Amino acid sequence: MRLEFSEADERFRKEIAGWLENNLTGEFEQLKFRGGPGDEHMFPAERQAWEQKLAEGGWTCVGWPEVYGGRGCTIEQQVIFFEEYARAGAPGRVGHIGEGLAGPTIIAFGNDYHQQKYLPGILAGTELWCQGYSEPGAGSDLANVKTKARFDASAGKWLLNGQKVWTSLAHEADFCFVIARTDPDSVGHNGLGFFLVAMDQPGVDVRPIQQLTGTSEFNEVFFDDAQCDAQDIVGEPGQGWAVAMGLLGFERGVSTLGQQMQFQNELNDIVALAKENGAAEDPVIRQRIACAHADLKIMRYNAMRMLSGQDGSDGSLQKEALIYKLFWSNWHRDLGELAMDVMGPAHQVLAGKPYELTRLQSLFLFVRADTIYGGTNEIQRNIIAERGLGMPKEPRWPAK
Amino acid sequence: MDFAFSDEQEMIREAAAAFLSETSTSDAIRRAMLSEPGYDRDLWRRIATELCWPAVHIDEHCGGMGLGYVELVALQEQMGRYLLCSPFFSTVCMAVNALLLAGNRQQQAQYLNGVVQGQTMTLAFGGTAAARRGGQWGPEIVELIAQPDGDGYRLTGTQHYVVDGASAETLIVAARLPNTAGEKGISIFLVPANTAGLTRETLATMDQTRRQARVHYDNVQVAAENLLGTAGEGWSALRTTLDLAAIALAAEQVGGAQQMLGMTVAYTLEREQFNRPIASFQAVKHRAADMMTRLEVARSGVYYAACIAQEALAAGPLAGELSEAASIAKSTASEAFLLNSADALQLHGGVGFTWEYDVHLYFKRAKAGEHLLGSPVWHRERLANLLLDHEQAATS
Ligand SMILES: Cc1cc2nc3c(=O)[nH]c(=O)nc-3n(C[C@H](O)[C@H](O)[C@H](O)COP(=O)(O)OP(=O)(O)OC[C@H]3O[C@@H](n4cnc5c(N)ncnc54)[C@H](O)[C@@H]3O)c2cc1C
Repeated sequence: MRLEFSEADERFRKEIAGWLENNLTGEFEQLKFRGGPGDEHMFPAERQAWEQKLAEGGWTCVGWPEVYGGRGCTIEQQVIFFEEYARAGAPGRVGHIGEGLAGPTIIAFGNDYHQQKYLPGILAGTELWCQGYSEPGAGSDLANVKTKARFDASAGKWLLNGQKVWTSLAHEADFCFVIARTDPDSVGHNGLGFFLVAMDQPGVDVRPIQQLTGTSEFNEVFFDDAQCDAQDIVGEPGQGWAVAMGLLGFERGVSTLGQQMQFQNELNDIVALAKENGAAEDPVIRQRIACAHADLKIMRYNAMRMLSGQDGSDGSLQKEALIYKLFWSNWHRDLGELAMDVMGPAHQVLAGKPYELTRLQSLFLFVRADTIYGGTNEIQRNIIAERGLGMPKEPRWPAK
Repeated sequence: MDFAFSDEQEMIREAAAAFLSETSTSDAIRRAMLSEPGYDRDLWRRIATELCWPAVHIDEHCGGMGLGYVELVALQEQMGRYLLCSPFFSTVCMAVNALLLAGNRQQQAQYLNGVVQGQTMTLAFGGTAAARRGGQWGPEIVELIAQPDGDGYRLTGTQHYVVDGASAETLIVAARLPNTAGEKGISIFLVPANTAGLTRETLATMDQTRRQARVHYDNVQVAAENLLGTAGEGWSALRTTLDLAAIALAAEQVGGAQQMLGMTVAYTLEREQFNRPIASFQAVKHRAADMMTRLEVARSGVYYAACIAQEALAAGPLAGELSEAASIAKSTASEAFLLNSADALQLHGGVGFTWEYDVHLYFKRAKAGEHLLGSPVWHRERLANLLLDHEQAATS
């Protein structure tokens, strides 16, 4: 056990901090502190240009192994990267679904074809991804997906039919990874495939859904004979569940590191506000702020303690790391409430008509999603109890 | 940065767990807690002379093993897990730290060599103000008066809640010079327990696994050579000692929280109702999941604090973070242990309410430890003060 970062890590910190200082300027200045939770719909084009700027500097996909074009950063270095990124106020990453979910999954489970076709666009920041998991009938019970994939031998293509829902940033995305049934008679975990599907085609229809924030980050996605090439399936037909679960391991582990490092900025804002408006004198608010501060520190230590074993592997989390998502999502939810309570009655007043939220209002509303996506808190607790503690699995009712 | 135990630390931990699972059994705990000193003297002798635990972070030139606070924390975690009744905490995690921080070479050589051989010590510092406003742990609670008398001092007053105060062979006593207040005037003394004028009574406490005492000082003479550090300037060393002790206590609490989770999972898997193990009920599973979450979160906080404690003892660059790390670790671990033991009690049903089952022993130890060295509320207020009451907030 040791606290100090290695010299190499400290050099790495200087390097990224210096790069950000020199490059987050000019046209990118306006993006500072933008594009976070609740603000993800803002400046999409500018933020994609920024993504490409990062790529030029070699600062996308820093956690990927070097052979795949990443920097091969350790967890410590990734923490450093995201800390400096947040400290500089650099904007929310439009490419995070590709970088954090699609890419690592393609690296762990894909073949040369997938890796050569898809990784370069993610690395370059030119191709954005979305996640086609949830369906109207398949939320927590993801294995209940009904979208079908049929192989058309004459055309040499897979044809997809069905509906996805809650698909974040589908309206910006170039590709979607889709779980669909390759065996139409199968149920549950069997008979699934993991597909890589281009969004810009006649068979794909994206319809935005308005969220409680008034904005639309997520969508419904309809597949009507949507196509992908014969090779655009990761893993064998029927074996998609293992791939889908590997991806969820990434989603519940390292992929949110970047977001968490932004939490410090959010807490700093709330502390500053509390000092300014006198809430900092309220003993209860003081307790809550101290608690938020303590738990945020611990979150960083958790990341280093729990996620170190995960890089480069198949996404599966070690036992201790199963608590990781539940802990940070609850922390973030509580922070949203703290923000409103520090503001007092003023928390109601919008930034503008018709429904323009302030940053903290947006935080308060948007954190409510953290305990839902990527496996709800209830599902996380099931997983912790079953996989972490060896308690019995939830009984399933017979199919109707 | 790295939060994994080294192979050597892992070995220490495993050896401690193996030893304690054999020696600190339910029967042994119950015998110890009813015994006169509150612990098993033979077992303590073995721990000192065969396992050398009290030597863990004492320098080699004083007969110690010269390991660090991380190793100490690894041991403490296991002692907490097996609810060991022993003077280890008062001796090693309180008094030894005071000696390391404030003692001169001669004092260290004499007393630390004694500790290595199994002699017991404690730290006595709190007056009645300790219980004000639900528990105070700052300099204001040092109330015992040290009246200069020739080269030496005379101590007069009463100290409360002194851990193992009635059994310790030597007391390290914090007192204040007359007409001083707050951080000023605090002085630390070495006082052998058999000094004339010193009387001690064991308090009857709800938690019977760790003794507390009231200590009366009636013109107790202390020679100049038994002053630790400089007269009147003891607060800094005392505060650091209390922070180090809080971190060690937090480690013990992580061990306790772990055991509560382990016992609960085992019990709920075995106990059946409605023709199924109660562990299959989601209400039970989710409570267990929350127990594990609290435990692992507290563990991260404690391991980090252990590294900072080592920095503080070695005057490393991060030593300034000690109070913050101690408050984070202590508030988090105290709550984790208390909530886990309360959940364990609930999930054991009626048997959890019996004297026979061990859950209540942990529950009571958790409550006692929660208030020892600062409740979570007290520690959070200290953090809030760091964050909110100064111009430069301690962020990042
Ligand atoms: C902002 C946002 C963005 C999203 N982005 C995406 C995306 O990009 N791609 C994608 O595929 N999906 C996305 N999702 C969908 C998300 O993964 C699902 O909402 C989530 O898995 C829950 O499914 P559901 O909404 O159908 O709720 P349900 O599964 O119907 O759950 C409703 C309630 O029942 C509880 N519940 C369900 N099953 C159990 C059980 N076994 N035990 C105990 N309680 C249970 C849940 O915890 C929840 O509280 C997003 C969701 C949100 C809110």
